[in-house]
Amino acid sequence: MIGIIDYGVGNLFSLKSSFQAIGAEVFVSGDPQELEKADRLILPGVGAFGDAATKLRETGLDTFVKKQAAAGKPLMGICLGMQLLFERGFEYGEHEGLGLLKGKVVPMEGVLPKELKIPHIGWNALQLQQPDCPIFQYIKPGDHVYFVHSFYASGCGESLAATAEYGAVLTAAVAKGNIFGCQFHPEKSGSVGLNILKGFCEV
Amino acid sequence: MITKRIIPCLDVKNGRVVKGVNFQGLSDVSSPVELGKYYSDCGADELVFYDITASAEGRTIFTDILKEVASTIFIPLTVGGGINTLEDFDRVLKCGADKVSVNSGAIRNPDLIPAAAKKYGDQCVVISADVKRVDGVYRVFAKGGRENTGMEAISWIKRCVENGAGEVVLNSIDTDGVKGGFDLEMLEAVSNAVNVPVIASGGAGCAEDFVTLFKTLPKVDAGLAASIFHFGEVKIADLKQLLRENDINVRL
Repeated sequence: MIGIIDYGVGNLFSLKSSFQAIGAEVFVSGDPQELEKADRLILPGVGAFGDAATKLRETGLDTFVKKQAAAGKPLMGICLGMQLLFERGFEYGEHEGLGLLKGKVVPMEGVLPKELKIPHIGWNALQLQQPDCPIFQYIKPGDHVYFVHSFYASGCGESLAATAEYGAVLTAAVAKGNIFGCQFHPEKSGSVGLNILKGFCEV
Repeated sequence: MITKRIIPCLDVKNGRVVKGVNFQGLSDVSSPVELGKYYSDCGADELVFYDITASAEGRTIFTDILKEVASTIFIPLTVGGGINTLEDFDRVLKCGADKVSVNSGAIRNPDLIPAAAKKYGDQCVVISADVKRVDGVYRVFAKGGRENTGMEAISWIKRCVENGAGEVVLNSIDTDGVKGGFDLEMLEAVSNAVNVPVIASGGAGCAEDFVTLFKTLPKVDAGLAASIFHFGEVKIADLKQLLRENDINVRL
């Protein structure tokens, strides 16, 4: 059973529906006692890093997520949820993340060639840096997924699982042990996205 | 790199897609869910649903349909039509829309775009502009293209983007329905004025029109059309193959 962590950031309708579409049992909750019953967790998120990190802390879900991750439960962060897995975020100031993965979240501005638009919005191809990662078992290199973001994770080291090229090489997915993350939106990436979620369900 | 996007637009009235179509293997061609799924399976990169219902009752039917669409189709969904307030944004976003397109609502209420961008993020707000040449000047039209607002279009679109619109749909009334190709001149003027994605709308008559669009104006991000897709004149899978053969980066 998949538990989607609801900490008041963003709309979880499509995410929940996408798991239902692949036949997974799924529920949305902000209650640690409920979420503990899930055998896999999804950390979603849209908006700004600082706001989301604060909400996670205020709800006490930050401690819960860290404990669950340490206990070995498969966890996948999506979009801003992936960014929160890192140590720090530099969006409107400097903010502390969950620190489950090494690296920091930095703006694309100043890194990309000037003619490229920010946010990075649209369908881009995945280059698999960890082709054997279980979340990629049903997709192939070069498959397209849907991105919407202005910040990206940098210095991920060995957790870097996939990249996308957009004037610079951007972190598209990360994986380390039981911890996974997608910068793109699998729930908006057609059959490729559903196949990534299916892969996560089998981790 | 980011691919060029192909976007079919579906007009929905009282829960049904307006403009009849006849696709093989599709039992109900006016069902937004079935048609949307068909397009998604054919490789559409995004879908636009336009609510052209006027009544409050129709609005409720539309949001019910939208929920059904969003629980079966997993590509980005943009919703427009009758978006006048933040409550309207909220209403469609809760039902699974990813982006909300504003037109007359932004003309009537200049605070709508900045307020929506602040609350939901720039990436969520699309300015859809109906533009027509009047005495050699681009003018913004309201009420589905019936009313000349007198506003100069390029400066209006620029202002909307500065206020937080994250994407522009430019619908040229001059080329709309003519099927002689997109309005390249107008699109060039808009793409040079803003630094957010520009979606071309109005005028596509055949697959080659999309090739010309992306070859002539590499800055344009997407092409939107309705009837040529609905009537099967252009099949999205074939169109994307043609674009690929012409070295235009698309998702196949």
